[in-house]
Amino acid sequence: MSLLSLEHVSVAYDNRLILEDFNLSLQKGQLLSLLGPSGCGKTTTLRLIAGFLNAEAGNFMFSGKDYTKVPVEKRNFGFVFQSYALFPHLSVFDNVAFGLRLRKLKEAEVKKRVNRMLETVSLGGFEKRLPGALSGGQRQRVAIARALVIEPDLLLFDEPLSNLDANLRVNMRVEIRRIQQELGITTVYVSHDQEECFSISDQVAVMNNGKIEQLDHPANIFKYPASEFVARFIGFGNFIAFDGRNDEGADIELSRGELKFQAAKRPGGEGNTGLLGAIRPDDLQLLGAGADMGTGTEGNALTGKVQVSTYLGRSYQYQVETELGVFTVNQEMEQPFIQGQQVTVYFPKEKLVLVQ
Amino acid sequence: MLSLYTLLVFIFLLGPLVIISITSFEPGTVLKFPPEGFSLKWYKNIFEVSAFMETFRTSIVISLLGNLLALLLGVPAAYALSRYRFHGRDTLNAVFLSPVLIPGIVLGFTLLRYLIVVYNLPIVAGLLIGHTVIMLPFIIRVIASSLENFDFAVEEAAQSLGATRVYTFFKVVLPNIRSGILAAILIAFLESFNNVDISVFMTGPGISTLPIQMLTYVQNYFDPTIAAISVILMVLTAALMFIIERLMGFAYFTKR
Repeated sequence: MSLLSLEHVSVAYDNRLILEDFNLSLQKGQLLSLLGPSGCGKTTTLRLIAGFLNAEAGNFMFSGKDYTKVPVEKRNFGFVFQSYALFPHLSVFDNVAFGLRLRKLKEAEVKKRVNRMLETVSLGGFEKRLPGALSGGQRQRVAIARALVIEPDLLLFDEPLSNLDANLRVNMRVEIRRIQQELGITTVYVSHDQEECFSISDQVAVMNNGKIEQLDHPANIFKYPASEFVARFIGFGNFIAFDGRNDEGADIELSRGELKFQAAKRPGGEGNTGLLGAIRPDDLQLLGAGADMGTGTEGNALTGKVQVSTYLGRSYQYQVETELGVFTVNQEMEQPFIQGQQVTVYFPKEKLVLVQ
Repeated sequence: MLSLYTLLVFIFLLGPLVIISITSFEPGTVLKFPPEGFSLKWYKNIFEVSAFMETFRTSIVISLLGNLLALLLGVPAAYALSRYRFHGRDTLNAVFLSPVLIPGIVLGFTLLRYLIVVYNLPIVAGLLIGHTVIMLPFIIRVIASSLENFDFAVEEAAQSLGATRVYTFFKVVLPNIRSGILAAILIAFLESFNNVDISVFMTGPGISTLPIQMLTYVQNYFDPTIAAISVILMVLTAALMFIIERLMGFAYFTKR
């Protein structure tokens, strides 16, 4: 049974529906990320779970109880804000102790728990500092400690790392995952950064326009996006709209007019029924015109002309114009293709996925 | 050239104050510059004229009570205006600030016309209401500007940790705008204590404020007592402004 579930929830803001008939559930101990562009409803979903927003319709169930009408302060959920939201007038110690003191714990117990939590987030020795005297990373750690020390039933993160610089972001997300797994605490994490979400989550929900487009293990989403939106969002830069499809053979046979393509079936079956082919720029291969393509590559190739070539550092990126439009190809190569050169774009069948 | 210009502006602004200060030490009975000696007798005179002491007390009481009323109205108003985006917010903002925009004479006359003439309120009550009205915009504006630097996510953080809205307001919001509230109180106090245009309509037989009493006094006497009072008020004002500057800086005067 799931610990948390949103059932047919609708949320409106300024008479505009942000979420409509929205459903979501989460198992105990898991970390679920809500991923999507700004305005997709991910923060709204998080704030609804936290209790900062009220639903117009639908229910929020938590551990078997109806939490729809339970006010924020009675939910016992930890919330970590993008802006950290530390109490500026209180020391690090008092910030972390805030929730414990509200729970009327003995001061000795408060002291013990706060100190243990500050050790957990590697902030021992910072007790007396005011938030203003801390760096961004330290502030975020205080915010996490403050949310965790109350032993919340659920931990919520709202873009917690987006105000930090790139290196710190990577360190902090490892830290967040470590603490989350150590304490086995169920977590909902909102971000617009796919790498961040994929690296720390058990489940990722990719959202668009107030709907979940795909909810799955990160590796599955990365390999097999379910929709065109998800594919685009996670970097499938090339698309081919096919007009025929045959699933009877070992591979899926696809056609576009006279052109034939093949796509490998997914292991375990139950692929997608869509007609739109998607492939990442990294997975396309570029060959000189007339090069020997070896066996088994009948079809799955297009001839074209290099329009633009740019240097990315690790590889070159080419825009190749073909009869099916322009394709983006990333390729490491000693001798790059030059602008105007005739080339063949090859689509490995294992990498070509079909989306709705 | 520019520094000369600056110097002239300073002389123009501060000159009269310097001259008043110097003449307050005049030993004679007529205000003149330069003074013919040095004496503190007109300072002593302030405390001997009972009208000054009485109106000083009235001024203080009205300013403090009015301040309290303006805070009770102004803090929630400033909070609502900063915290929420709601329909009619801009209009409400304009209404709350209108006493600064309307000439004092007009406001004073209007208050007289309605509070005293129509509703027949006692003079003290009318005076108190008038002063509350002129203090309110300053209270709202200064507190709203200090709330502008307050991240309301902090409030939500407190709630998520188990605090009620009321607890959050007193334990989290108020401590963070404390200096703003203090500055608001001092600025409003100065505004009320020095006010002439509203008071002149709202004072009456037996009840007056210090500035109105000074005005009345000058109409009858021309001795240096007024200069002496002016010096004392200047020192008081300067001290308060110094504290305000220390609390908040003057930045909010130029903001928005």
